[in-house]
Amino acid sequence: MSATPSGEIMPAPVYGTGETVSIIVAFPPGHRRTPNYIKGKTGVIERYCGAFINPEERAYGLAGLPKRHLYRVRFNQTDIWDEYDGPVVDTLDIEIYEHWLRSGTGETA
Amino acid sequence: MSAHDEQDHDHGHHEDGSPLNYADDSRHDFSETDHYPLLVEAVRQLLIEKEIIKARDVQERLDFMDSRGVEHGARIVVKAWTDPDYKARLMADGTAAVKELGIPMADLELLVVENTAEIHNLIVCTLCSCYPRSILGLPPDWYKSKTYRSRAVNEPRSVMREFGTIIADNVTVRVHDSNADMRYLVLPERPAGTEDWSEEQLTELITRDCLVGITVPTIP
Repeated sequence: MSATPSGEIMPAPVYGTGETVSIIVAFPPGHRRTPNYIKGKTGVIERYCGAFINPEERAYGLAGLPKRHLYRVRFNQTDIWDEYDGPVVDTLDIEIYEHWLRSGTGETA
Repeated sequence: MSAHDEQDHDHGHHEDGSPLNYADDSRHDFSETDHYPLLVEAVRQLLIEKEIIKARDVQERLDFMDSRGVEHGARIVVKAWTDPDYKARLMADGTAAVKELGIPMADLELLVVENTAEIHNLIVCTLCSCYPRSILGLPPDWYKSKTYRSRAVNEPRSVMREFGTIIADNVTVRVHDSNADMRYLVLPERPAGTEDWSEEQLTELITRDCLVGITVPTIP
């Protein structure tokens, strides 16, 4: 547990570097920072980036607290796109908030 | 703000013969009579009318945004190329290493990704056009275009090829979707044959585009 600048206590990050995660498939309305192309895909945590004010709430004038843990998740391009035309060594890193992650492989592996 | 209207800052990519004009669809996004430009203008006029800001404040802010270019980014790269200790600090904590040079980073977290013989990095923001403006200035039109934002993630090699950049098949192309709180700077590989070059000469090699990863520095 760690205290945020606003004094709130927030839980420690759930995921560690190298852990297999997948992106939740959901389509809530409004401002979201998780693009559709990555939903349901499986990757590994590249690093933990820190805790940030939740932009999905701040977009509507809310405080966006408690802060959300942000990770960079690395994917093989061939796992994202069925028709990826580059070599298998290619990868994509994207920043994902913890509330969009789940442990293990995704719905569309 | 009306940065999108400043066409003189939105260089297309004609100079190296790119066959696709990535600027065009970006312009379609921001016609001056669309909802959002009109809303921006209405809010601007209201703020001035109610004396919350002065017209001059807006212009000064625009001038400030215009004044920033790639200079800070180039300085960071040359320092990293010529000072291994600095490079180590830059890779470990980009934000702190940039501040160390007296370059303001606002509240943004900078992550530096290094091009090597094994990895080539390319930056895109698929959701909007997040870009490290404090060190690179205003983003180019093509970076903001829907074409680039959609194609850079699923056919990065084709997009780079259109900018004249060909990456060998045994090199990993690593795309970074700058979709949230990090901002990215590509640290290009220092070209072979520049070992004796002065910092001024090295600075000349560094373009905005190679700091986004769409091109690589080349010796003229």
